[in-house]
Amino acid sequence: MDDLLSEFLTETNEAIDSLDVELVRLEQEPNDPELLGSIFRLVHTIKGTCGFLGLPRLESVAHAGENVLGKFREGELPVTPQAVTLILESMDAIKALMGALAETEAEPAGDDSDLIARLNAMANGETAAPSASTAVSPSAEESEESEDASMATIAAADDVEDIAAVPSDEPLINRLGGISAIDAAIEILYRKVLADPEIAAFCEDADPILLQGRQFEYFVALLGGEDNYKPDDNLAHQPLALLPLSDEQFEKVQGYLAGALGELEIAPEAIDEVVAAYRGERDKVVKAEADKEAAARAALAKEDGKAEETKKNDTPLVQSIRVNVDLLENLMTMVSELVLSRNQLLQMVRKYEDSEFTTPLQRLSLITTDLQEGVMKTRMQQIGSAWSKLPRIIRDLSIDLNKKIELEMIGADTELDRQVLEMIKDPLTHMVRNSGDHGIEGPADRLAVGKPEHGTITLNAFHEGGHIIIEITDDGRGINLEKVTEKAIANGLATAEEIETMSSKQICQFIFKAGFSTAEKVTNVSGRGVGMDVVRTNIEKIGGHVELQSEPGQGSKFIVKIPLTLAIVSALIVESGGERFAIPQLSVNELVRVSEESEHRIESVNGTPVLRLRDRLLPLVSLNELMQLESPTQEFPDDTAKVGDDAKHEDETFIVVCHAGGSSYGIIVDQVFESEEIVVKPVTPVLREIAVFSGNTILGDGSVIMILDPNGIADSFGESMEAAGETQDDAAQRAREKAAAERTAILIFRADSEEPRAVPLALVARLEEIDVDTIEETDGVLVVQYRGRLMPLIKVSDRFKRAEEGRQHVVVFSEGDRSMGLMVDEIVDIVEDRLDVELASAKTGVLGTAVIAGNATEIIDTGYYLERVFGDWFRNHGGSVTGGTVNQNSRVLLVDDSPFFRNLLTPLLSVAGYDVTAVDGGQSALTLRDSGEQFDVIVSDIEMPGMNGFEFAQRVREQGGWKNTPLLALSSFSSRADLERGRDVGFHDYIVKLDRDALLESLSQTLTNLRGAA
Amino acid sequence: MSEEIKSVLGETREFVTIMVGAQLCGIDVLKVRDVLRPQKITKVPLASREVAGLLNLRGRIVTAINLRGRLGLDFDKSGGEGMSVVIERRGELYSLAVDSVGEVLRLSSDAFERNPATLDPVWRQYSQGVYRLKEGLLVVLDDDSLLDYGGKAAA
Repeated sequence: MDDLLSEFLTETNEAIDSLDVELVRLEQEPNDPELLGSIFRLVHTIKGTCGFLGLPRLESVAHAGENVLGKFREGELPVTPQAVTLILESMDAIKALMGALAETEAEPAGDDSDLIARLNAMANGETAAPSASTAVSPSAEESEESEDASMATIAAADDVEDIAAVPSDEPLINRLGGISAIDAAIEILYRKVLADPEIAAFCEDADPILLQGRQFEYFVALLGGEDNYKPDDNLAHQPLALLPLSDEQFEKVQGYLAGALGELEIAPEAIDEVVAAYRGERDKVVKAEADKEAAARAALAKEDGKAEETKKNDTPLVQSIRVNVDLLENLMTMVSELVLSRNQLLQMVRKYEDSEFTTPLQRLSLITTDLQEGVMKTRMQQIGSAWSKLPRIIRDLSIDLNKKIELEMIGADTELDRQVLEMIKDPLTHMVRNSGDHGIEGPADRLAVGKPEHGTITLNAFHEGGHIIIEITDDGRGINLEKVTEKAIANGLATAEEIETMSSKQICQFIFKAGFSTAEKVTNVSGRGVGMDVVRTNIEKIGGHVELQSEPGQGSKFIVKIPLTLAIVSALIVESGGERFAIPQLSVNELVRVSEESEHRIESVNGTPVLRLRDRLLPLVSLNELMQLESPTQEFPDDTAKVGDDAKHEDETFIVVCHAGGSSYGIIVDQVFESEEIVVKPVTPVLREIAVFSGNTILGDGSVIMILDPNGIADSFGESMEAAGETQDDAAQRAREKAAAERTAILIFRADSEEPRAVPLALVARLEEIDVDTIEETDGVLVVQYRGRLMPLIKVSDRFKRAEEGRQHVVVFSEGDRSMGLMVDEIVDIVEDRLDVELASAKTGVLGTAVIAGNATEIIDTGYYLERVFGDWFRNHGGSVTGGTVNQNSRVLLVDDSPFFRNLLTPLLSVAGYDVTAVDGGQSALTLRDSGEQFDVIVSDIEMPGMNGFEFAQRVREQGGWKNTPLLALSSFSSRADLERGRDVGFHDYIVKLDRDALLESLSQTLTNLRGAA
Repeated sequence: MSEEIKSVLGETREFVTIMVGAQLCGIDVLKVRDVLRPQKITKVPLASREVAGLLNLRGRIVTAINLRGRLGLDFDKSGGEGMSVVIERRGELYSLAVDSVGEVLRLSSDAFERNPATLDPVWRQYSQGVYRLKEGLLVVLDDDSLLDYGGKAAA
C-alpha cells in the first residue's frame, strides 16, 4: 500500500478513536470550549487530509460533520445527544469507508447523501432530517451569511454565462472548477512563489510538498467552507499568510495567486472573489497574530515557563516515531533469543573458575539485561488505549437500553505489555458491557431502591506486585444468586445439595462457566453466546486470573489480575520421571521438601495423596501420574545440572505448591532445579489440545522443555477438588474479611507448647496467679478456692503440665457467678489486632489459627472449655448456670455468617441453658421460619453478605410465624444511627459483639419480659 | 489441483525420497528445509504416540513426528538410521522421523498416477498419488494433510 495512504489510515483511525472518547465527554460537558476546539481540530484534520489525498467521499462526510461541530463551537447549536449521535454516526461512516480503503486502497462506491443531508440539516438547526432540503446546500447558505456583502453582490451581478449556469450562491470553489482547479492553481502559485527569491526565502525551511499541501487545504477551506473557518485554527496551515510577509510581499503573493488563477482561465470575477477572500483572511490573520503576540508577550512576562510550554505546543517537535509493530515483535524475539544465548554462555563459563571470558561476559550480560528492559519498554502501552472505546460503548449502551450510566476510568496511564493489552482488550470490553447491560438498573428501578439515577461503572487499573490489577466495579443490582443457582442446577453444574453448602462468592463464580448467561432476554449488547467463560479463558490464557465479587443490590466487582508481560517469564525447572518441565514462578507459592525424616510427609486419603501444610490439607497431584511417566528409578543417569544431588535421599521428593484456578494444590516432582528466565513459545498445533501445557521453550543448555500450565493442571484433576479447595479458601477468606473490619483485643498466652495461643480479651474475666498449694482435686477435677467458691481449673490439653511449685498462671473465664480457670504457662501479651481466623483446625479446643502480631497463633475455643467444664459440672451437680429458670429450654436462633462467631456463641449459649440453633444467614433463617420452626428469641448479626441483619429483621417482621419473636442485634459497630435503624426495623436490643455478659443479660431480660407479658 | 494440471502438461517435479517402513515415499523438495541426523528429543507426555517430541533446531522448536506412526505402521521396528526430514507448514517446523533418506529424484508427470482406489484410507489421506519408477513405486506424501492435526481434531 501507498506509504502515504497507510500512514493516513493509521493516523485517522487513531484520531477517530480519540474522537469517540472526546465526543462522549463533550456530551457531558457541552460547554467546554477547549474540548470543542480539540474535537473540531481533529475532524478538521481528517477532512483536510482526505482532501489532500483525493478521497471525496470521506472528505464530504467529514466536512458535513465539521459544519455541525462548527455550529457547536459558535454556540449556534446546542450540544444535544441527538447531535452527538449524528456526529458519532458520521465517524462510523468514516470508519467504514476507511475499512474499505484499507482493503482495496480505494474509496468504495456509495452514497452518503442521506447522512450528509442530516448533518447539514442539523447544522441548520433543523432536528428533523428531510432529505429534500438538500436542494440548497446548507454550507452555501451559511457562506452567504458570513460572506461579506460585496462578494455576494459580485456573484449576483454576474452575467457571464458559464458562471450563471451555476446558482449564484454556489460556493466559490465550485465556480472555480472544484478541488482539482485549486490544486492546479496552488501548483502554479508555488512555482511562481518559489521563483521569487524574496518570498521563497520565507519557505526555505519548509518542505515544499507539505507546504503546498497545506496551502491547498487552506484554500479549499477558504473558498468552500468559509462559514466555519477559523483563521487561528489554521495558522500552521497557511504559511503564506502567516509568514511575516510585509504588506508589499503579500501584495506580490496576491498577484501571483491572481495570475495562477488566470492561467487556468478562470473567470475574472471569480478571481477577484478569491483574491478578496484571500485578502480578507490576510487581514484577519495579521490581526489575530498581533493579538496573539500581545497575549504571548503578556504571558511571557507573567510566567516564563508557561510561555515556553506554549511554544512547545505550537511546534510539536517530533519526539516519537511510528514503528511498525511487527518490527517491535521481531526485535523482542531477537532480544529474547539473545537472553537465551547469554544464559547459555553464562552456564558454560560458570564451569571455569577463572576464565578470561568472565569479565566481558558479565558486561554482555548487563547490556543484554538493559537491552531487554529497553525493548520491553517499547512494547509497553498505557492501558487507557484499551479503554478508549469504552466510553463510546457505554454511551451507546445507555441510549440503547434507556439507562443512565457513567463510566469512570482510574489509572488509565498504567502501562503493560502490548501483547497482554491486546489479549485483555476484548475481555475487558465484554465485562464492561456486561456490567452496563446486566448490572446497572434502569433509572426508575434505581430511584425506587434509593440509588442515584445514574449508574456508575468504575474501571480501576494499578500495579501490584509484578501484576496489573484491573477492577471493574458497578453499583448496579449485583448478581442474582437465586437465578445463578437455578441456572447452575439446570445446566447440571451443581446439585441443589452442593449449592446449599456454597457461599455466595462461590455461586458467583458459576457465571464464568460455559453457557452461562442469566440475562432474561438476549439483547444486542450481551448474551450473544460469548459468555463470561470466554472472558475467563482468555484471561487465564495469559496467566491471569479473574474473580467476581457481588453484593446483591449494591453492585458487582470483577477483579482481573494479569501479568505485566508474557514475553519473558521466570520459571522453575523441575524433573519428574526423568523429564524436565518448567512451571511459571508466578503460580508457584512455595516449595516443600518431603522425605521420611522431614517434618512434612505425604499422607493419603484412600490412595489420594495429601500434605499437611500449616494445619491445612493440601491436595497433591503427582506429576509422574499426571504425565503418565514411569516412576523415577535410579536408572536415570544423573544429570550434572542437578543441584544437591549428593544430598539427595532416595525417598526424597519435592512438592511445588501452586495457586491456580481458585485453589491451591501441590505438584509432586522428583527434583527441583534452579529457576530460569524463559521465553514462552506457543506449542505447536499438534500439541495444543494438551491442556496441561501452556507453551514450550528452549533452555540455556539448548534443550527443549515443556511449560506446565497450573490452571490446566487444576482443571485436569477435576472440578470437585477445585470446589473443595475453594470452600476452604472461601471460608477463610470470609472470616478474614469479617475480621478485617474488627480490631479485637486479644490475650496471648503460652501453654503446653512454644506456639502462642490466644483468646479474645472480652471473654476473659481476670488473670490470676494461684499458689499451687491451694489447688485441690475433687471429683477428678482440679479446683481452687476462689472468691469463696470452688473454681474448676482445666488444662489446655492433656499434655499440659501444671506448675509443680510456686504460682500457677490462670486465665479466668466467668459464667454468671461461676468461674473457670484455664491454666497456662505464661501470659505473653495483650494486643489489639485483627482476628484473622483460618478455620482449618480440627483440634478440639482450638477454633483455628490466626496471625496475631506476626505470629501464627492458635485461637482457643472458650466455648469448648466452658462446655467441658460446666456441661459436666452442672450436669453432675444439677445446677443451672445463671441460676434462673427462664433460660431452661428457651429456643434461641443464632444468625451469623461467620463460623467463628457461630462456633464461639453456640456453646456459650448452650452452656447458659439455651437450646441454640445456628444458621449462616438471613436466607437460611427464613427457610427455617417457612418450615414452621419456632424460637423464643432470635439473635442476629448485622453485617452479613447477602441479606444483612436489618433486611432480615424487616422480613421477619413483615409476615410469617416469627412476627412477634423478639430480635436481638449483634454487631461490632454500634453507632447511634445503627441503633435507631435497628429499633426501626424491629430489633429489641443492640449488643456489641463479644460482650458476652451483655448478650446473656439481654437474652435473659428479653425472655423474662416475654414471659411476664404472656 | 495445480499439481494435476502441471502433470497433464508434462512437467517434472523433484522429490526427496525417503523410506517409511518398506515403502519408498517422496516429499516435494521445495518443502524440505533440512535433513537431520539423530537429535536430542524432548519427549512430550500425553501427546499422541506418533509425536516423538520436540527438538531444538538452531533456536527454533521443531515438532518431531514419527512418520511410521503417522502412516499407521508398526512403531517398534523403526530403528533405521534415525534420520529426519524437516518441513515447514504454516510457520511451524516439523521433523519427520523416517527410516532412511535417499537421493533427490526428478520425476516426469508421465509416470504419475492417482492413488489406487484400494489404497488404505490412512495412506490415501496423506498421499497425493504414485509415481511408477523402474525400481518400484514412489508414494508422494502430502505434507499439508500429513501435518493437519488441527483439521483432524476439528473433524
